[in-house]
Amino acid sequence: MPVLKNELSKAIHRDRLLYLMLLPGLIYFIVYRYVPMGGLVIAFQRYFPLRGFAGSEWVGLANFERIFRSPEIVRVFRNTLTLSLAKIVFGFPVPIVLAIIINEIRIGSVKKTVQTLTYLPHFLSWAVFGEIILVFLSGNGAINHIISALGGEKIYFLIEPILFQPIAVISAILKNSGWGTIVYLAAISSIDPQLYEAAKMDGASRLQRIRHITLPSIKSVIVILLIIRIGYIMDAGFHQVLVLYNDAVLETADIFGTYTYRVGLSQGEYSLATAVGLFQGVVGFALVWMANRFAKRIGEEGIW
Amino acid sequence: MKGRSIRFNADTVLGVISTLFLVVFLIAVVYPFVYTINLSLSNSDAALRGGLFLLPQGFDVNSYHTVLGSRFIWSGYVNSVFVTVLGTFVQVLFTALMAYPLSKRRVKGQRFLNGMVVFSMLFNGGIIPTFLVVRATGLLDTHLALILPILISPFNLIILRSFFSNIPGSLEESATIDGANDLRIFFTIIIPLSKAALATISLWSAVFLWNDFFNALIYLQDRTKFVLPLMLREIIASANLADLDLQGDDMLQTTTETIKAATIMVVTLPILLVYPFIQRYFVKGALIGSVKG
Repeated sequence: MPVLKNELSKAIHRDRLLYLMLLPGLIYFIVYRYVPMGGLVIAFQRYFPLRGFAGSEWVGLANFERIFRSPEIVRVFRNTLTLSLAKIVFGFPVPIVLAIIINEIRIGSVKKTVQTLTYLPHFLSWAVFGEIILVFLSGNGAINHIISALGGEKIYFLIEPILFQPIAVISAILKNSGWGTIVYLAAISSIDPQLYEAAKMDGASRLQRIRHITLPSIKSVIVILLIIRIGYIMDAGFHQVLVLYNDAVLETADIFGTYTYRVGLSQGEYSLATAVGLFQGVVGFALVWMANRFAKRIGEEGIW
Repeated sequence: MKGRSIRFNADTVLGVISTLFLVVFLIAVVYPFVYTINLSLSNSDAALRGGLFLLPQGFDVNSYHTVLGSRFIWSGYVNSVFVTVLGTFVQVLFTALMAYPLSKRRVKGQRFLNGMVVFSMLFNGGIIPTFLVVRATGLLDTHLALILPILISPFNLIILRSFFSNIPGSLEESATIDGANDLRIFFTIIIPLSKAALATISLWSAVFLWNDFFNALIYLQDRTKFVLPLMLREIIASANLADLDLQGDDMLQTTTETIKAATIMVVTLPILLVYPFIQRYFVKGALIGSVKG
């Protein structure tokens, strides 16, 4: 035993510089990633900043009771789910279709240009892209100009609750779809060209080649990305909604992230907001975990 | 013969539909940018009248005068550059420093620490507890608040770790025999061999830091410390433009739209300028990430 111990300490001594290199990162993960997880205890307290974690009163599940009784949280839950689902239903297929179309472009320069233009919004934050959408849709904006030119009534897109989610879905599609094609394009480019040649010889049309070669070849990529995407359903696009929404559309726009932010940081209800955040985090974690398990089970590589 | 003509038709229809889809999508992505650029270069009367702005209407750079005349835009630029440059450097440095030992099986607790990193990708304390920790560590209203709480991205760490672990161990062994210690090996052998991976991660960090407005929104109060995306929000949200040191009160009524557009362009321009050059590195990086995320 002492020999073993000696060997261990020798090994540690030998690698001491490696441990030293590890140290700053370890401190970072503890302080800024794990201490906040510990800070989630304030969800079970009536937290007062001046008293700190230790001095604040424990209230058990009172905050959760308050949340689940408030009609607001039902709204938040509903909005999060409908917005996320709409983004998946309408948004998920777009990069697949785009990738197949881009792959069919035969002229190199056109292909490059299309890719450059569609990837662009990915490099802008929602703070910028969202403001562009807001200017574009404003009472005096481009869409309203077209509507009035066609003899229609102006639509106040940004204060119309019924329009908020469609706007969020469409603007998310515009921002993310181009970038989303990259994975599919890579998968398509790894398909053996001989398959296409053979199909051509047999007289298969383009549509048939896409249906019987391209789609089956990228099916596994599609499935895994879809499962992972569904795992993240509790995040309906917090930063996007934060930029696009306003008080007039809260009814359809308020999601978990914005609710936590507003109640917690703007109104200072730390404990209540943390309880909401904890609820969202736990459900989200469970979903991602299950999605990953499921992906591995059907024989795909998970995300970890 | 008949079969061929039907096939020809089916492919033609498919071609037309695909082209249409692509064109509509491209217009939807590009037109809002074109509209914003041209609006920013138009005069206030034209902005009030509204229009398609396929070209500037009544060419006028006054809104740029106004926006660039605001000292807050300039301080926003300086702050953004500072945070992006410093942040990228320290984030990449500390990510690499941690990734290297984690790529070594002989480091004790390596598996546990890797698990700790992965778990932090899936679950976190959330906005409020993180805010409280940032405040407790004294970072509130400092630029470090935009850098330190996101010092190491677990995702980047994992990518670098697997990159490092693919470097043949023989290189390090021979250096060890020559008497180099681990730190020296890291800086003189590992880092130069990993330039491509480090460049990719630097770009991700830089774009994230340049674009980040949420951390700035919750951690910064002092306007002179604001970074550009937050400044953009402020200027646009601010009904009272004079409040932001913008000159020319006679224009206040009419030019808000063109000023908004000009502000958006001023904030976006740096990205638009470097974008064509960095795009392909990002595409490469996105693939590294998807192959082994």
